[in-house]
Amino acid sequence: MTVFLQAYMNGIFTDSIETTAKFTSGYVKVMTSAYKTNQSQMPNDYAITGISNVLKTLQTNYPDMTWTDRIQFGGLLDAPDSIGNTRSQGNVMGLGLHLIGTDDEINRMGLKSKLLTGAFPRKPGEMMVTDQLATKMKLKTGDQVTLMSVSMYGDMAMYTFTVCGTLHFGTEMLDRGMVVADITDIRMALDMDDAAGEILGFFNDSPYDNDRAVELADSFNTKNTKSNDKFSLAMSPMSGVGGMDFLIAYSENAQFIIIFIFVLAMSIVLWNTGLVGGLRRYGEFGLRLAIGENKGEIYRSLIGEALLTGIIGSLFGIAFGLLVSWLMQTYGLDTSGMMKNSQMMMPTVFKAQINVQTYYIGFLPGVLSTVIGAMLAGVGIYKRQTASLFKELEN
Amino acid sequence: MLFMKTLKIFILCFCAVSMLNAQNNYPSGKSVLAKITQNMSAKTKIVEAKMEIAGSRGTRIMQTKTWSEGEKKAYIEILAPEREKGTKMLKLDNKLWIYSPKTKRSIEISGQMLRQSMLGSDMSYEDMMSDSPMQQKYSADVTGEETIDGRKCWILTLTALKEGVNYHTQKMWVDQERNVPLRIDMFSRNGKLLKRLELSDVERIQGRWFPKTMVYKDMLKEGKDTKMTIIDIQFDEIIPTKLFEKTYLK
Repeated sequence: MTVFLQAYMNGIFTDSIETTAKFTSGYVKVMTSAYKTNQSQMPNDYAITGISNVLKTLQTNYPDMTWTDRIQFGGLLDAPDSIGNTRSQGNVMGLGLHLIGTDDEINRMGLKSKLLTGAFPRKPGEMMVTDQLATKMKLKTGDQVTLMSVSMYGDMAMYTFTVCGTLHFGTEMLDRGMVVADITDIRMALDMDDAAGEILGFFNDSPYDNDRAVELADSFNTKNTKSNDKFSLAMSPMSGVGGMDFLIAYSENAQFIIIFIFVLAMSIVLWNTGLVGGLRRYGEFGLRLAIGENKGEIYRSLIGEALLTGIIGSLFGIAFGLLVSWLMQTYGLDTSGMMKNSQMMMPTVFKAQINVQTYYIGFLPGVLSTVIGAMLAGVGIYKRQTASLFKELEN
Repeated sequence: MLFMKTLKIFILCFCAVSMLNAQNNYPSGKSVLAKITQNMSAKTKIVEAKMEIAGSRGTRIMQTKTWSEGEKKAYIEILAPEREKGTKMLKLDNKLWIYSPKTKRSIEISGQMLRQSMLGSDMSYEDMMSDSPMQQKYSADVTGEETIDGRKCWILTLTALKEGVNYHTQKMWVDQERNVPLRIDMFSRNGKLLKRLELSDVERIQGRWFPKTMVYKDMLKEGKDTKMTIIDIQFDEIIPTKLFEKTYLK
């Protein structure tokens, strides 16, 4: 149970963190200082310019990471009727990412599983909309839509796209009005030549590691961030993004607290088993003492047996826990039906995740509680008087 | 002692009567508003203006030409810079359309979008959409006097008469002699200062006193402001009706 609980908790928190990282925050995010301060407003007037050089520098300086530039924006989407007049409109949140010529972002964000109709943008001028938005605006694949937004320079920006597909994220927050297009088109639309709002960084060799991300951001900011320059670059670890600090701290501590309580409860049960096992053998100990065996020898043999039983039991328990965890890791628990109106960016399939901790978390409590139980039960051995042994044996 | 008490009461009464007299000397808010309308309103206006919009990446300079008829009809065309040249806006009553030459489409602006910044300036589309005289939307009281740039001004406090007005309260400093507002502070219902408009370079144009420079500041936004300078203004010229037709946008 301990092994499975650890793997399950680890899986849920890791998945939630990974989903948020892949969609919005990255493990670390590079922005300008002013953009970082107001990032909830997606202030593209403070976007990073000369993005190709910045990306090259990041790739050279941090070769063990993957970097990708994105543009987040807000605006109004307008669908025309047959004579060009406004037929329907909707407020949208948009995401510009690398879609044409590469599947990296599609795979990273797991977009293939979210594609409902049509296809991903494969040529310039194509845009995907969420199915909820498509229904609200009566849009279908092949329809023309005009995005009205604000350019990087603050002026009005209008750009026409063709709807190429619909997406369903399973999160109300995104499904309400999200549009996704290739970053090159968004650059054209918002007059952001060689610019992007943010660069997301991911570790190549591990999932999110808060200590590593914080350390990386601190060293980057020491070198690059200037308090008097709003356009100087600043890096933010995922824990620095609004709301995520809480989730990460919660995942680190809640997991520990819940497992600690669970391990404690399980230890008491096993300790009790050890204790009862020891007490049941009082008659045997009496006989062994009566035939001249040393008290210390009996006590050591009792502990040795408990140690062996604990090890064997724990190994069996770990093996069984790992098997259940592996099944949960492979198949998961689909909660999409229950998460229809969720505001949180969480995975809809909960999966366990086995890590190094999973292998040893159940071992120590399993062994220790059995041994300590036996040790306590064995204390009675020393209190036995040889004179009373025969009387006990007669009984 | 009794003498001192009587003197104090006398002084207090004198002050109260003086204040009351002073208040009585203020004109009514309605009459001040009427004088502003009489001075500044015209059947039609054709205005060519330069707009300097201070943004985080420097100041954008835009040249616009506006044809307006009363307060309900306006047609605006952007003449410069090249990037925005040909963008047109048409306001008819409480509706607004924007035409972009890049997309060759006219889009109706409505709902929340009207509260967005107009062309990146400190002004919102809603600010431009005001389509009825102030007297119909606000109750007006003269609440004091102050001097701005050496000009004696009435302080006019305007309170919205009904819900749905852009700014619940406005405080207006009006030149007592020229009947031109020199400063307008716009507040939300809870008294938060939202926008400030400062008007200066008041000149006599075709028999009216008119400010040639207006500085608009969104007080909730960091950074500088939007300055509008009138290059040319003509009153009561005949404007072809086709300018106020939607088909003219294309």
